[in-house]
Amino acid sequence: MKEVAVLSGKGGTGKTSITGCFAALASKKVLADCDVDAADLHLLLQPVNRQSEEFWSGQLALIDEDKCTKCGLCQEQCRFNAIRNFKVNPTFCEGCGFCSRICPACAINMQDNLAGKWYISDTFYGPLVHARLGIAQENSGKLVALVRQHARKIAEAKGCTTIITDGPPGIGCPVISSLSGADLALLVTEPTVSGLHDLERIIGVCRHFKVPATVCINKYDINEEKSSIIEKYCTGNGVNVIGKIPFDTTVNSAVAHGIPLVEYKDSPAAGEIRKLWKSVNSLLSAN
Amino acid sequence: MIVSVASGKGGTGKTLVATSLAISMAEREKVQLLDCDVEEPNDHLFLKPVITDREAVSMPVPRVDYARCNFCGECAQVCAYKAIAVVPGSVLVFDQLCHGCGACSYLCPRRAIVEESREMGVIESGVANGIDFVQGRLTVGEAMAVPVIRRVKAKIKRDLLAILDVSPGTSCPVVQAIEGSDYCLLVTEPTPFGLHDLELAVETVHQLGIPCGVIINRAVSGETLVHEYCLREGIPVLLEIPLDREIARLYSEGVTLAEGRPQWQAEFRAVYTKIEGVVHERSGRA
Repeated sequence: MKEVAVLSGKGGTGKTSITGCFAALASKKVLADCDVDAADLHLLLQPVNRQSEEFWSGQLALIDEDKCTKCGLCQEQCRFNAIRNFKVNPTFCEGCGFCSRICPACAINMQDNLAGKWYISDTFYGPLVHARLGIAQENSGKLVALVRQHARKIAEAKGCTTIITDGPPGIGCPVISSLSGADLALLVTEPTVSGLHDLERIIGVCRHFKVPATVCINKYDINEEKSSIIEKYCTGNGVNVIGKIPFDTTVNSAVAHGIPLVEYKDSPAAGEIRKLWKSVNSLLSAN
Repeated sequence: MIVSVASGKGGTGKTLVATSLAISMAEREKVQLLDCDVEEPNDHLFLKPVITDREAVSMPVPRVDYARCNFCGECAQVCAYKAIAVVPGSVLVFDQLCHGCGACSYLCPRRAIVEESREMGVIESGVANGIDFVQGRLTVGEAMAVPVIRRVKAKIKRDLLAILDVSPGTSCPVVQAIEGSDYCLLVTEPTPFGLHDLELAVETVHQLGIPCGVIINRAVSGETLVHEYCLREGIPVLLEIPLDREIARLYSEGVTLAEGRPQWQAEFRAVYTKIEGVVHERSGRA
C-alpha cells in the first residue's frame, strides 16, 4: 500500500481540486482529508456519512472559585498568560496542568477537552476519512494522525493499494503530521513570488522528514517566466516538476458544480491532471 | 487600532489585501504591518522591507543535571505532552513535543532540571516605504507556530494602525493571531470552497467577539454566492476585487495592487473608513 500526500506550503494553489481528480482517476484507493482546519474535499466528493466519532484531546484548566484563595501563584507561573484575575482564558490555556499541580488550595481542575470530530464516509469514488477540528483548538496534528491511521486501516481491510491525502497549507504541526511516513509528497505550487517562496520551505520540510517530493505547477501560464524560475529551482534542488497545469476556467466551474474536474468536462487542465496522476501513480509503484 | 486580515481558506488574497491596505493607509497615517503567518510569511516579498533587527524566538526546554537526578520519574509524570521519558540511567527529552510550560523543572524534587533555550524561529523587524514592518518566521521542520506568533504580536504598537496578516484556517495559530483585534477583515473568493471556509472563519471571529467584514477577491459579476450569505448573516461586503488576469500577473511578480494599480488606494482607504466607523461606534457603546 502506498500513500501520496498532496501539500503546497501556500494555500489556495489547487490541492483539493487536484486531489478530487485523483480520487476519480485512481483505482482501489482510500481518501484522507487531512486539512482538518478547513476541509473542502467533501464539497467535491459528496460523501454519505457512515460513522462519526468525537475527538477528545488535551485538557483545559478550570478554577473553582469557591476554593480559590487568590494567592496568585498560578498566574505568576503560567507561561502562556492564560490566567488573569483568577480566571482561565481557554484560548491561551495549553493544558499543561502546571497550575493545577501547584495550586496550594487544590482549586484548579483539569478537564478533558472535546477538540473536534472525525468521520468515515462513502463517496462515489471510495471511502473518505475526514475531520473537523473545533474552532481555536490545538492538536490538529493528532487529529490528522488519527485520520491517516483510519484511512490506512480501511485500506488494509478493503485491500486498497493507494491512500490519497489532501493536506493542509503551511509547514507546521498538521503538515508535518500529514507528511511523515508518506511514500510521496506532491507539492502543488503556482508561478508567483509567494508560490516559490512557500515551495522552498515545504521542500525543506519534506527533506527534513525524508519524504520524497515531486512538484506540480498549477496555472503555470499565468506567468511563464516565474514558472521557469520554479523549474530551475526544483532541478537545482533535485526535485522533479512532473506536471504543469494551464490556467483554465473549467476548474472553477467544476468546483462550482461540486464535481472533480476530470469527471465534469474534458479541458486542457483536465488532460494535464490525467497525465499528472499517471506520473504520480508510477512514482508510487516505483518507490 | 488593530485590524487583522484572515480567511479560513488559503490563497484567497490575504497578503494582497494586507499589503495594499498598509500602503494605501500609509499615505494618511503611520502604519505597522505584522505578518503573523509565520509558517509561510509572504508580505516581505511584496513590501521588500529593509530588515534592521532580528531576534531569535526560543522555547525553554528541560535539560537534566545527572549529578542531581535520581530517576524518580516525577518529571515524566507531570509532563502533559509526553515530552519526557525516564528509563533506567537516563532521562529522554523530546524537544519537539515540549511546550515550555516549566512544570518539570519547577516540580522536580531534586532540582535536577534546568531549562535551556531552543531556537524555533525568528522575528524580523524593519521598514518598508515608511511602513513599520514585523514578521515572524517559523524554522523549517518545527511544528509549533503559536510561540512565534505570540512574539510577533508583542511588537504591536498600540498608537499606530497595526495590520495583522494571519495564516489560513481556524485553529490555534489563527485564533492566537486574531485575538485582541479591533476588527477582522475576511478575504474570500466566490467559490463553494471559499464560501465554506468563510463560514468557518466567521464562526471563529464571532466566538472571539470581534466585528468583521468581507472582501471578495477574484469576484465574477453575477456570482451572488458570497453576497447572499453575507446578507443573511448581516456581514458587510466591504470591497470586491475582480477576477482579472492582469491583477493576478502583478501579484505573481510581487507587486502590490496598491502600487501596480494606484487607483485602488482610494478603495482601500474607503474600506478603512468603514472599519473605523464600526470600531468607533462599538467603543462608543462600550
